Amino acid sequence: MEMMTAIPPGSVGEVAPQRAGFLEPLILKAGKTLASYELVYETYGTLNADRSNAVLVCHALSGNHHVAGWHAGEPKKLGWWDNMVGPGKAIDTERFFVIGLNNLGGCHGSTGPASVDRATGQPYGAGFPLVTVEDWVASQARLMDRLGIGRLAVAMGGSLGGMQALQWTLDFPDRIGHAIVIAAAPKLSTQNIAFNDVARQAIVSDPDFHGGNFYAMKTVPARGLKLARMLGHITYLSEDLLGEKFGRDIKGDDYGFNYEVEFEIESYLRYQGDKFALTFDANTYLIMTKALDYFDPAREAGGDFAKAVAPAKAGFLVASFTSDWRFPPERSREIVKALVKGGKDVTYAEIDAPHGHDAFLLDNAHYHKLVAAYMDNVAAEVGAGDRARPLIVGGTELEEMKGYSGRGKP
Amino acid sequence: MTPRFDYDLIASWIPEGARVLDLGCGDGELLASLAATRGVKGYGVEIDPDRVLAAVGHGVNVIQVDLESGLSAFEDDAFDFVILSQTLQAMRRSDLILAEMLRVGREGIVTFPNFGYWRHRLSILLGRMPVSKSLPYEWYDTPNIHLCTVKDFEALCTKVGAEILDERVLHEGQIVQTLPNLLGSLGVFRFRRRG
Repeated sequence: MEMMTAIPPGSVGEVAPQRAGFLEPLILKAGKTLASYELVYETYGTLNADRSNAVLVCHALSGNHHVAGWHAGEPKKLGWWDNMVGPGKAIDTERFFVIGLNNLGGCHGSTGPASVDRATGQPYGAGFPLVTVEDWVASQARLMDRLGIGRLAVAMGGSLGGMQALQWTLDFPDRIGHAIVIAAAPKLSTQNIAFNDVARQAIVSDPDFHGGNFYAMKTVPARGLKLARMLGHITYLSEDLLGEKFGRDIKGDDYGFNYEVEFEIESYLRYQGDKFALTFDANTYLIMTKALDYFDPAREAGGDFAKAVAPAKAGFLVASFTSDWRFPPERSREIVKALVKGGKDVTYAEIDAPHGHDAFLLDNAHYHKLVAAYMDNVAAEVGAGDRARPLIVGGTELEEMKGYSGRGKP
Repeated sequence: MTPRFDYDLIASWIPEGARVLDLGCGDGELLASLAATRGVKGYGVEIDPDRVLAAVGHGVNVIQVDLESGLSAFEDDAFDFVILSQTLQAMRRSDLILAEMLRVGREGIVTFPNFGYWRHRLSILLGRMPVSKSLPYEWYDTPNIHLCTVKDFEALCTKVGAEILDERVLHEGQIVQTLPNLLGSLGVFRFRRRG
């Protein structure tokens, strides 16, 4: 038996995922139906007596239900938003009951393309229906029903996660008090869709993809998935950050005049791609990118985003990062403008951060203080009390940078 | 923080439940107080990250935008009142922000340090740039790049098509009735788009 791991300040400590099965069919935006499904989720903190302190954390493209803390036997594998969620952190689990889940179509335990379709006894594979942000929100609402949460204090997320938080306010205006929408956009730009399609083409053109039914062939389209991740990764970081970290550094003393891995950035991207290809599902990657592409609340409101957000009753905290070129501040300002036009309660912050899109995952004292200040107001509103200790900021290294030792760093 | 003598006067002009936009809202104190005492709904606009954070702490809606880039986040006639409190003098284009205030608000309220105040005049007369309670900076580190007198502001209102509805000049919280452009240190104007 291993020793008990000491819980550092601000950490929720060891956590265990839970599952919820749903037998009521879910009719999807695409017109198809999921007859039954499972959602895997984690919770942190305690639901208060009047069930008013629930915070739903929605994940982005490659995220999952493991938001904070660690799983038994894996004390180093912290949740993806461990720096944001914990006792004394910006999302203070001493006052809030926090729920993270893996979305439908995911590859971390919730029903997805690698799950067995009860109708056929085989993995869904290419047969898994395309799911949208609206579908996710509908499934999340059912999970809230299961947990006895009639109304969320907050739904929050970055990037695709922020889009879900926004969608909550439109689909369930009476079931959510606040949305924290970080590094998001009212819809993808042409360039965003273009990047997503190149990533998808990398996957589907891999001979090991087998039209999405690679599970039966005992193969993994690792080359395609790797390329998709390499491309995506470039877009999630700022040019300045990449330049600062890797510059034009090369492995040897001089050019090799061949096509081997030579520049540090090549080595780094391949390392990231390989790591991702081992752990992520290619069909899930396709589904997540299409969900991003399809997100466009204005589409059903005649292209008028302000009209689309009119049903919202929630308060909003919208935040963007100055160096994010995938979802730049202008896109967040579009969200803000529409909300202001509708007279909604909205606060907007443009956070000075050098990292690019992934800044929403990273330590940034101002960013975390801002979320904490907003959450303090929410706590007062729902009667969740005062912060019991000073705010704890920080603690999470950029996930993507972890483990890369190309330049001799441990 | 120095007491803001203009806040009480501004508050007296704002009716119950008004929609208010507070430009350069700082830590959101004015909006928070207007919300508490008059039930106003509105937004603050602030560029400084720490003040944005403080405004969130005061529980007001605050939008982090650079006023110099205009008020494109706000629709025409979206507000009953647009307030610019002791910020005009720090703007690069004071005329453009006034025009934007007239566009998005039914009425505008502007307060600014009166450069025509006698101590300022005297200081210039004696050959030095003024440093006073209302202008506490040295010339080389001041954020106040567009100082004006009460008369200057009246002229600007005419130029940008603003009709002055109310005009007060204060000194240390008191309204100055006699020779206000000479004896008052803080100009407080209320105006609307000329019909």
